[in-house]
Amino acid sequence: MKTSIKLKVAATAMAVAGALGLAQEVSAADEIFVPVLVYRTGAYAPNGVPWADGFVDYLKLVNERDGGVNGIKLAFEECETGYATDRGVECYERLKSKKPVAVNPLSTGITFALTEKVAADKITLMTTGYGRSESADGSVFAWNFPLLGTYWSAADMLVQHVAKKGSLKGKKIALVYHDSPYGKEPIKVLEEHAKKHGFTFIKLPVTHPGVEQKATWLQIRQQRPDYVFLWGWGVMNSTSIKEAIAVSYPRLQMFGVWWSSAEPDVLPAEAAAKGYNGITLGHSNERAAPVHKDMVKHLYSKGKGTAAKKEQVGDVLYNRGMLSALLLVESIRSAQGKYGKRVVTGEEVRWGAENLNIDAGRIKALGIEGMMQPLKTSCRDHEGVRKGRVHTWDGTTWSYTSDWYEADSKFLRPLVEAQAKAYAAEKKITPRDCSKEK
Amino acid sequence: MNIFQKRWMTWVLFGLLAVGAFAPLFSADTRLPQWLEVVLGGLMSGVLYSLVALGLVLIFKASGVFNFAQGAMVLFAALSLVRLMEKMPFAVALAVTVLIMIAVAWLIERLVLRPLVNQEGIVLFMATLGIAYFLDGLGQTIWGSDIYTLDVGMPKEPKILLESVFEGGILVGMEDVIAALISATLVAVLALFFQKTGTGRALRAVADDHQAAQSIGIPLNRIWVIVWTVSGLVALVAGIIWGSKLGVQFSLQLVALKALPVVILGGFTSIPGAIIGGLIIGLGEKISEVYLGPMLGGGIENWFAYVLALVFLLFRPEGLFGERHIDRV
Repeated sequence: MKTSIKLKVAATAMAVAGALGLAQEVSAADEIFVPVLVYRTGAYAPNGVPWADGFVDYLKLVNERDGGVNGIKLAFEECETGYATDRGVECYERLKSKKPVAVNPLSTGITFALTEKVAADKITLMTTGYGRSESADGSVFAWNFPLLGTYWSAADMLVQHVAKKGSLKGKKIALVYHDSPYGKEPIKVLEEHAKKHGFTFIKLPVTHPGVEQKATWLQIRQQRPDYVFLWGWGVMNSTSIKEAIAVSYPRLQMFGVWWSSAEPDVLPAEAAAKGYNGITLGHSNERAAPVHKDMVKHLYSKGKGTAAKKEQVGDVLYNRGMLSALLLVESIRSAQGKYGKRVVTGEEVRWGAENLNIDAGRIKALGIEGMMQPLKTSCRDHEGVRKGRVHTWDGTTWSYTSDWYEADSKFLRPLVEAQAKAYAAEKKITPRDCSKEK
Repeated sequence: MNIFQKRWMTWVLFGLLAVGAFAPLFSADTRLPQWLEVVLGGLMSGVLYSLVALGLVLIFKASGVFNFAQGAMVLFAALSLVRLMEKMPFAVALAVTVLIMIAVAWLIERLVLRPLVNQEGIVLFMATLGIAYFLDGLGQTIWGSDIYTLDVGMPKEPKILLESVFEGGILVGMEDVIAALISATLVAVLALFFQKTGTGRALRAVADDHQAAQSIGIPLNRIWVIVWTVSGLVALVAGIIWGSKLGVQFSLQLVALKALPVVILGGFTSIPGAIIGGLIIGLGEKISEVYLGPMLGGGIENWFAYVLALVFLLFRPEGLFGERHIDRV
């Protein structure tokens, strides 16, 4: 009788796990393992879920449609970090035994904590559109890849955009930022730009999770900045937009970083968010690219999709997660190009990530035309591309409202190198000589 | 002994807080209308904190249990309502949510409280900690963890008042004003319920001594179901108001944590204390963020309440209006 009860309990537990759709594919010796650090619960879940769905769906798509990367299947397992650094490190340590080739933790705090660990463990750390800005310098940060754009690039492009509207001399720009390593990242670049352009830079930190902002926006009402740059995440973004409405700050003068301009940020404010802008990481909410059609054909029409609704395929953060996984897969493919079409190691994938060359032809072949600009990495440049456009919320959807901007390398590169050099000195790292790297 | 002698520490603390609130006016950089906006904004935030604190005080008064799950109840109630509203009209969804909260109260009494009758307060507190985690997980599992828009018709656009008196006038969020009025009404109703009804008196008797209350025929179990139901309904109102402002999402339960310093200030057993504690914290955190933030690097709004609560725990642990606790040794 007792055995029967235990069996029933076990069966129920398995049924529940199945019903919840926990993303997990068993790793085998002939598979490449990818840990998936996500946050599907907690304060940041509204933004973490679509990213995770896109990331997992792309890994599934590669297995379903292509039979893996050059015939090698991808195995993956989700681990819930709750966007907490300690839990993120715990997830990393737990999944490390499965010999992952690369990890993308979707958290700048976790990235800071893992930067030294990944070098020791020989696991590539991919931080698409986030992480340490100075890690674009691959000579010091051999294992970090802030692909598609760093926060410094984002800040630079935002300044370029508002400077286009008229001289910034004598104007005020306020940065409303998440009081965390993530939110503090653009400060250095904006301070440098304030000196260069002659604007007053106002820093307004918002503490986790960001639902207490009344005082912040009362300060904005008092100081009346010409522009507000929003560097929030999760519920902080929608709260900022709601508080901006409450103090009648024009949404047209608000510009979010790419982590502050997605559907979960504007939908809670609905039509009142109309006019709110954000710099993009090269993509917005494209939904009809060939890759999206493949997602529907190979996953959603067979009931294998990860997102709760098929309509969520193509949301801004879904696309971000999907592209993050795509870059990881392309790094594996690049590694296989050099080392052979087999199960590659973390070290080999690091080489693959450092030698990515995704040109216009490859972008088209991948079915992501219009969602990514050509990307080329090297030992010197782990960012690969630094271009974005501004997109604006019209009350129902996002649409592009600017031309392409490219972050000013002449302005940023000395800052990146100086900061990387300081890091190398502090950690006693001897920078690689990139002229000798192949 | 007059009231000043009995509560001199309270008055000293009040005095210090008042000095802090008015101090910005003596700065050359402060404009009166701006200061008034900050004060009004702070007071209205404070009323909302009071609303959650009220749920805590209710349960503590009636059962001596510090309910750590109040925040989780706010989130659970708001999530239930907003997801049900996708399938049915508001009135029906509200009625179903009320039934859900009654069911939650009944289950808590049956499964958690009843087996723990006459246990130490800390045991009951730990039980509520478990309830909080359970409700958090259950709510997100059943209803999802997205941000859900809750539109109950609250006005979003602010109003500019006293334009003829001050240049640019004073900006007042109408959503906050309505929320404050609802909260004030709820407080008045609850105060009457506790003071003037038989059930209210029975609740207070149970709070004083479980065994004594049982010995004179007060049905402890029924009383606990009633008080957790009332607390659940207060959580629902708080969830509607906060959810309408911030969207219904996980962080609602973190906002509700602000109720803890509120009750430490006001006293665990005092309904007026919950109100005044909320107002002090709302006002204090906004004033300090706006006027001290630029000097201290900002981010004060989040920790101010807890530091103030710490000061109270050091100098007046029973809070402004709580009952002084004397132990025989």
